Amino acid sequence: MSASTSTILNLPDQTTATMPKRNYLNNEHGLLSWLFTGDHKRIAILYLISITFFFFVGGAFAGLIRLELLTPQPDLMASDTYNKMFSMHGIVMVFLFLVPSVPATLGNFLIPIMLGTRDLAFPKINLLSWYLYLAGGTFTLAALIFGGVDTGWTFTTPLSTHYLNTNVITAATAIFIAGFSSIFTGLNFIVTIHRMRAPGMTWFRMPLFVWAHYAASVLMVLGTPVLAITIVLVALERTIGIGVFDPTKGGDPLLFQHLFWFYSHPAVYIMILPGMGVISEVVSTFSRKRVFGYTAVAFSSVAIALFGFFVWAHHMFIMGVSNYSALVFSLLTMLVAVPSAIKIFNWAFTLQKGSITFETPMLYAFAFFGLFTIGGMTGVFLGALGMDIHLTETYFIVAHFHYVMVGGMLMAFMAGIHFWWPKMTGRMYPESFSKLSAVTSFIGFNLTFMPQFILGYLGMPRRYHAYPAEYQVLNVLSTAGATVLGVGFLLPLLYLTWSLKYGAIAGNNPWQATGLEWQIQSPPLTENFTEIPIVDHEAYDYEWLAHKTEQEVTTVG
Amino acid sequence: MHISPVLWQFLVKWLHASALFPAEASTIAPYTDALYFFLLAITLLGMVLVGALVAGFSFRYRKEKHPVAIQVEGSTLLEATWTIIPLALFLVTFVWGALLYFRIYNPPANSMNVYIVGKQWMWKAEHPGGQHEINALHVPMGRPVQLTMISQDVFHSFSIPDFRVKREVIPGRYSTVWFEATAPGTYHLFCTQYCGTKHSGMIGEITVLSPEDYTKWTQGSTSGMSLAQNGERLFASMGCNSCHSGNAAARGPNLAGVFGSKLQLANGSEVLVNEAYLRDAILNPSQHVTAGYAPIMPTYQGQVSEDGLIDLVEYIKGLQSNYRVQQTLTTSQSNQVAPTTPGMVKP
Repeated sequence: MSASTSTILNLPDQTTATMPKRNYLNNEHGLLSWLFTGDHKRIAILYLISITFFFFVGGAFAGLIRLELLTPQPDLMASDTYNKMFSMHGIVMVFLFLVPSVPATLGNFLIPIMLGTRDLAFPKINLLSWYLYLAGGTFTLAALIFGGVDTGWTFTTPLSTHYLNTNVITAATAIFIAGFSSIFTGLNFIVTIHRMRAPGMTWFRMPLFVWAHYAASVLMVLGTPVLAITIVLVALERTIGIGVFDPTKGGDPLLFQHLFWFYSHPAVYIMILPGMGVISEVVSTFSRKRVFGYTAVAFSSVAIALFGFFVWAHHMFIMGVSNYSALVFSLLTMLVAVPSAIKIFNWAFTLQKGSITFETPMLYAFAFFGLFTIGGMTGVFLGALGMDIHLTETYFIVAHFHYVMVGGMLMAFMAGIHFWWPKMTGRMYPESFSKLSAVTSFIGFNLTFMPQFILGYLGMPRRYHAYPAEYQVLNVLSTAGATVLGVGFLLPLLYLTWSLKYGAIAGNNPWQATGLEWQIQSPPLTENFTEIPIVDHEAYDYEWLAHKTEQEVTTVG
Repeated sequence: MHISPVLWQFLVKWLHASALFPAEASTIAPYTDALYFFLLAITLLGMVLVGALVAGFSFRYRKEKHPVAIQVEGSTLLEATWTIIPLALFLVTFVWGALLYFRIYNPPANSMNVYIVGKQWMWKAEHPGGQHEINALHVPMGRPVQLTMISQDVFHSFSIPDFRVKREVIPGRYSTVWFEATAPGTYHLFCTQYCGTKHSGMIGEITVLSPEDYTKWTQGSTSGMSLAQNGERLFASMGCNSCHSGNAAARGPNLAGVFGSKLQLANGSEVLVNEAYLRDAILNPSQHVTAGYAPIMPTYQGQVSEDGLIDLVEYIKGLQSNYRVQQTLTTSQSNQVAPTTPGMVKP
């Protein structure tokens, strides 16, 4: 299709178009006005800048890992260095990018506006959470500068407590602090969603983006403290040897696994749920049709959050947990896969009878469908007890969670960033470049991680610095793919920065979307709404939107 | 046409190394592969379905063709369909996976036992007959082999991809896995749990031999002392025999024939005496007091190496009478034989 006929862009006439005189970006000036801001939108921008920085830091580690794995011999760096590379890659990407990515940027920016309120419930705590994130990031960088850490992001005891001589405590402190930033974000969302909805904004009129964030927030608030406790125990074990995880002192090394995965499995849903929220918005907007089975999609988010807490031991099937608990956890793992399947099919059927266009956010959403389906299905492989024995701890699992986290979450994040870019900045991104980057990252991604599934089934263990020569070809393919993927992620950095100054002026509602955020100016006022809206329609009510537009035309014109 | 030599070499390599599946070299492998192909099939089905829906709707309902969207609430019937069908498929997977799991982790009763000790960064294999190997394991074809494994330091994981078996090797407790090799040859052994600097060097070779070759190998590579013989020496040199002498008035319970029996403990519980129990009882005796005995046994934590513990366990496992225990006791009390160094009896 050609871009001119397929667009639903409703940009203001470019000769007369102007940015709104007053908005949240130019309301106050100077660095201090940003550093002491209580405005959820400015905090979202602060977050966006910082997580982008850490994304590229983590990405650089990934690049070096792939470069080393180009050859079977350990020739680019020493083993210790390699171990630090994948540890820092994991720590940075999980705790400093994936967990805060959508909630802290898009969620922060949009949830108050979507609910029709002026800010989050606790603006100062919101700012505090960014500072905590920054402190966590600083400690991570400190750990890196002082020589790195090589525990892996999983901090497995007793390796992390007794056998490594790197900056474990510094890295643990980083994660401990960053955890609180996530707890505060979750807390803020929960209170805001419960208490600050605009008149008429009932629970079942909320956009699905908000539902997804609500579910993720519950996970953040209930799960993250367990991580904090675990990290403290690791630090105490390492410094004064309390012996909770040490078998020679009567401790249990498996206890650490239980505690760690009790957070870290739900953390997977903390990462993916907000991304699913983005997909719901994008798919509906570009099909110009309400989300198929709103209630099912909303409740499937809640179901994922609920079941997500009871599947942690599926990370431990080969570790000698009892057969009965293995059975229970495998069964629950199968159940948690169902709501994800429901979502995929509901999104697919949202397209049916729609009026579909294919702007960049939609392309990223399509990429999400494909990659998340593979990611989800391979999760079923790993949830099946006997299958897990062969697949766990190999490249299969690496490929699986990258399909979910990068293929799912990161694609959703990119969809969301492009989708709301006009709202956040008031300017459009360049459509052709962004389509190119969407296609590039999709191809690059599959080329990187598809060979890793095969490598995993062949038995190549993860976290290997050197590997048997027969695995080289697939590793070369994977590294080649990573290069393409890298280009796919660098492009947006360039053209989005470019668009800040040169992008077309977006106007209020370039996509003709129904959310409350699209009914106000772009970029919004600091107070979001001059008058708190009264909500009298459901989410994704395109007839309401058409009616409203018609009225505006008749009254203005 | 000119092809660059690098590219050419790469293509040749690709064709030679384009295996998509590892060799099936154990009785378990075909079962694992069957489930794998089933899962691949339903993944493919799901992919094709989602792909067809998205592509089909995108084509049929693109804006040029379908300018006005028709609003639809949803459909309980359709939603129920795509809840129930995936659920059913996942439940089938669950049952199938569970059956496979029990097959892989429940060793047959007639399997031969080999002990594995993992440490940073090597695998030690100890055969009951006194063969010791490092980063290698020789096993006979067509006979179930059970591995009783323990780590001396951090978590490791014992993985043989061609057999489709893997099990975590944990500090402080025995874990087991079994397999029955079906084809002679050498196979990769990997440590798959990240264990520090030389994690990727903690690899080895599994050699599967025909029964005749295996017998030859066993005879040719024994250290001359079986594990049980080492255990007997340790038992005497550490003075275990002074309490566990089997005499009616002895301060410790009689160990002859204890392996495999049900034991009544002082705290009222009943346990099955297996390798793990024996190991725990040596290291942490106060938690494992046999009913009728006083909790006077000191802990041997830190005094016996994992290898020494394996020797002791293997010794007690085979102990059927106390005749030799008492003999040793008499000789050692009369000071005719100097005790050997504890725990250091093997090369």
